[in-house]
Amino acid sequence: MSLKDLRGKIAIVGVGTAGCGEAHGMSDLEILTQAAKAAVEDAGLAMKDMDGLCTANLNSAMWPLNVVEGLGVRPKFVDGTNVGGAAFVAHQLPAMLALNAGLCDAVLVCYGSTQRTATFGRKERSAARILLDPDPFQTPYKPFNPPSSYALIAARHMHQYGTTRRHLAEVAVAARKWAQLNPEAFARDPLDIDTVLKARMISDPLTAYDCCLVTDGAAAYVMTRADRAKELRKTPVYILSNATAVWHRSVSSMRDLTVTPSKDSGERAFAAAGLGPKDMHMLQTYDAFSINTILALEDLGFCGKGEGGAFVENGAIAPGGKFPVNTNGGGLSCVHPNMYGAFITIEAVRQLRGECGERQVKGAKTAVVNGNGGNSASCQSTSVLATADAL
Amino acid sequence: MQGNDKGGAEARYQAQLNEGRFLIQRCSDCNHHVFFPRVVCPHCGSAALAWVEPKGTGVVYSTTTVRRKPDLGGDYDVSLVELDEGVRMMSRVDGVPPTDVKIGMRVRAKVVDDKGVGMVVFTAEDAK
Repeated sequence: MSLKDLRGKIAIVGVGTAGCGEAHGMSDLEILTQAAKAAVEDAGLAMKDMDGLCTANLNSAMWPLNVVEGLGVRPKFVDGTNVGGAAFVAHQLPAMLALNAGLCDAVLVCYGSTQRTATFGRKERSAARILLDPDPFQTPYKPFNPPSSYALIAARHMHQYGTTRRHLAEVAVAARKWAQLNPEAFARDPLDIDTVLKARMISDPLTAYDCCLVTDGAAAYVMTRADRAKELRKTPVYILSNATAVWHRSVSSMRDLTVTPSKDSGERAFAAAGLGPKDMHMLQTYDAFSINTILALEDLGFCGKGEGGAFVENGAIAPGGKFPVNTNGGGLSCVHPNMYGAFITIEAVRQLRGECGERQVKGAKTAVVNGNGGNSASCQSTSVLATADAL
Repeated sequence: MQGNDKGGAEARYQAQLNEGRFLIQRCSDCNHHVFFPRVVCPHCGSAALAWVEPKGTGVVYSTTTVRRKPDLGGDYDVSLVELDEGVRMMSRVDGVPPTDVKIGMRVRAKVVDDKGVGMVVFTAEDAK
């Protein structure tokens, strides 16, 4: 069997989000549960139907146990792999294999974090993780991670290819313009290029606007076999392929700072889908930082290496531009609760169902979803999703 | 291996640094230099990793200035330095303002004492 044999065999049939922005007084598990309930109901199923589970969390090494207990499910298939924020895209392939083999009938992929408002939030967790998960060859130099690692990547990309801070700002402004069309987005104030260029530096060349939001948020979606999907409540969105590539942990170990594992995951995902970048109606990519969007456009083949800056010029990926990217507003302007991969999948599904209101990409039939994980684009997972027209 | 030869590669590397010596590894089978220190060569799988003294010179491969409030110590440099042996490491360049550190700058390693713990930092190669 090859990846191609799984093409279109599995569909996403329910999606849900909860607690996006600020979820005061709520726990990770509570907003995850709300998102899971929304996703299951969206599919027209019940929680007891979820006999497969994929989930991960940054604070808990055995998080699937917490979720099983919280939801009251007893899955026959579980995947708690944590490859950073790409996890909730990378969970698709094992779930596709399990569903296709008949080991289970419905897989719930879910995530939730209240890092913004929780007492034990982002700052406390970062301090604890240095002890729990040491990085002895970087920590002595105090990189402010993840921003510093992506700053090193951006600086090298600018040096090699002439990418400019204005190119990075184009990405941030495009994300904001999409967010202004999305009622669920957290950051919807107007933003222009000059404001980004003059903003406070975090880790040069990245300003505060080049860095993703720090919000709360939960997301969940339900996968099942295509034959069963047709009988459910919503129009199925088919997974044509999913491929994951993991190359390193830290920025110090990257062979080439300007090339991410999407180069590999994207090639495999497009090959199995039998489609290429030119066939895609949108890209939903994990924009932890503005440079991520430029890297994804290059590594997935929407333009050549080093041409990502030119690609995004003049509002090309903003509403009304030549190619829609991150139509929910992205991690930069919509929501970013630590690990964001489930949200890009959900935005692609909502677009392919035609549920996106003002920000709807007209006639959208295909989408590429690209997850990013780790402090330096360490893991990338790419999926090609489509309506029944593309099967 | 001079000095402390107890423990794994990571512990031995740090023990050397604590005595003021900067050593990296070189694979006796495939001849690649290796950093960070490991127990098996990531290029060929050999366990025959020998400690060698690098020339100590290299080039800034990428650099960032981390912004920090003045009362917490102010801005500082974080750089990736590619040693002339071909391996890359995170470090910082001392002796110039952090925003003056540039990609392509030639640098030289020195071991400094950070509260009793040795660490490698760099200065401009032509600095006195």
